[in-house]
Amino acid sequence: MEPGAGVARPTPRASATTRPFWDGCRRGVLLVQRCRACAAHTFTPQDFCRTCLSCDLDWVESGGEGVIVTYTTIWRPQTPAFEVPYVVAVVALTEGYEMLTNIVDSEPAEIQVGAKVHVAFRDVAPDVTLPCFTVVAS
Amino acid sequence: MISPGTATIVGAYNTKQARVLPGETSYSITLKAVQGALADAGLGLSDVDGLNVLPGLQYRNGSDAFGYALGIPTFWVGTAAPGPASVAEAALAIEAGMCTTVVIASGQAQVHTDKDSVAPWTRPENEFVECWGLMTPAEFALAAREYMHRFSVTQEQISYVASVIRNNGSRNPEAVYYGRGPFTTEDILASRMIADPYHLLDCCTTGEGGSALVLTSAERARDLPNRGVRVLGGGWDSWGPSYTHPPTYDQTAMWGRKAADAAFARAGLEREDIDVYEFYDNFSWEIIRYFEALRYCDVGEGADLVANGAIEVGGRYPVVTDGGTMSHSHTGESQRIQRVVQAVRQLRGTSAANQVEGAETAVVAQIGDVVVLGAA
Repeated sequence: MEPGAGVARPTPRASATTRPFWDGCRRGVLLVQRCRACAAHTFTPQDFCRTCLSCDLDWVESGGEGVIVTYTTIWRPQTPAFEVPYVVAVVALTEGYEMLTNIVDSEPAEIQVGAKVHVAFRDVAPDVTLPCFTVVAS
Repeated sequence: MISPGTATIVGAYNTKQARVLPGETSYSITLKAVQGALADAGLGLSDVDGLNVLPGLQYRNGSDAFGYALGIPTFWVGTAAPGPASVAEAALAIEAGMCTTVVIASGQAQVHTDKDSVAPWTRPENEFVECWGLMTPAEFALAAREYMHRFSVTQEQISYVASVIRNNGSRNPEAVYYGRGPFTTEDILASRMIADPYHLLDCCTTGEGGSALVLTSAERARDLPNRGVRVLGGGWDSWGPSYTHPPTYDQTAMWGRKAADAAFARAGLEREDIDVYEFYDNFSWEIIRYFEALRYCDVGEGADLVANGAIEVGGRYPVVTDGGTMSHSHTGESQRIQRVVQAVRQLRGTSAANQVEGAETAVVAQIGDVVVLGAA
């Protein structure tokens, strides 16, 4: 079966807590929650700070810069909606939080633990934009 | 008054396992598992007053629905995951007097029918993972990759584990992949890549079948036909909701260590007192991870510990002696119970293959769940 044939790529179902994050992606802005009490960043979106438990969280813009903590290249897709190979990675952002993502538009040899990456938004459905990452040429 | 640590496994049963079981549903195959385990125990449904049953993928209210279907008037319900956690929980309930005889069961059939996609239980529909194409092999590959990077461990060292487990299954006439083998490390590495570093043969299989256990008090166990297996200690750890947050090595590496510390302390056993190691083999590196998390060696030394036959039958740490999820069977959930079933059969001396001579003690570890068992 051809990638995508008859199978829709899964898209995130936002909650009230996570909606600002996805709305930011639509505008090409990577948002993250920052605690007004202790300044720690929290991701995935939560109702209180994981570091100090304050409920006073603000949405701020992330620099979108980070490094690859780990990655895997997938050859057997989750569903036929995904074209193989694709790379799933954990990225550690400069602000001190981690997110799962895809590494896109990067040479396989560049995709390494510790490689520097920056955010690259990709439209995957008419109303959904995902924050992916690209390796920064060294 | 029953003293702590006396709950006993008196029945253990796997139904026929196959890639497909025509005519079976998740409920019908789970029923066969329950009936088989009760027959093995020499007990009947009228003796059962506790259940922890997961038919199909009915995570919510599965025990309630199945207990009603069995016609049991009222019953204690366990909520721990199938496998070692459910055994530890049921033992506590029996020892606390909440119930006297518990059936733990699970079975799956007609669950994985869309073969263009990976199995449904490996496709978590969570908001911050699904959209990037995560599935279970990738989830586990992420931590394995990081471990290999940190400790300079090779693919060969990891895939050796898969060859050992698949060879155990190759010798087991009850395994779905009986006769498939023997495998060398090179055979594992030659199979196609799924989610690197995991090749096809580094990963579990999928199939259909059911498994069940029966637990009761030591006092009742003495009157029953088969040799009982005592639940000596147990525990279960979580690091958060599954398939929700990035599964880094730092998050997942020591999963099960606290549970194991509690289990061994309660059992009054040292690590080296254990004869049989029924670890959850969903992916090859996990076996190495368990030996490190359970304090059998220092972090980063697990690949050396398992090498050169140490985890083969006849070695010091025989693992996954029925062939596990890689060769015996993986149905979606009931394979978790198979690890305990196999430990029981080893301690009774009735393993269908790969019997560890004189086995008196076993540890079962699965994700963050651990139970220590001893022949009664």
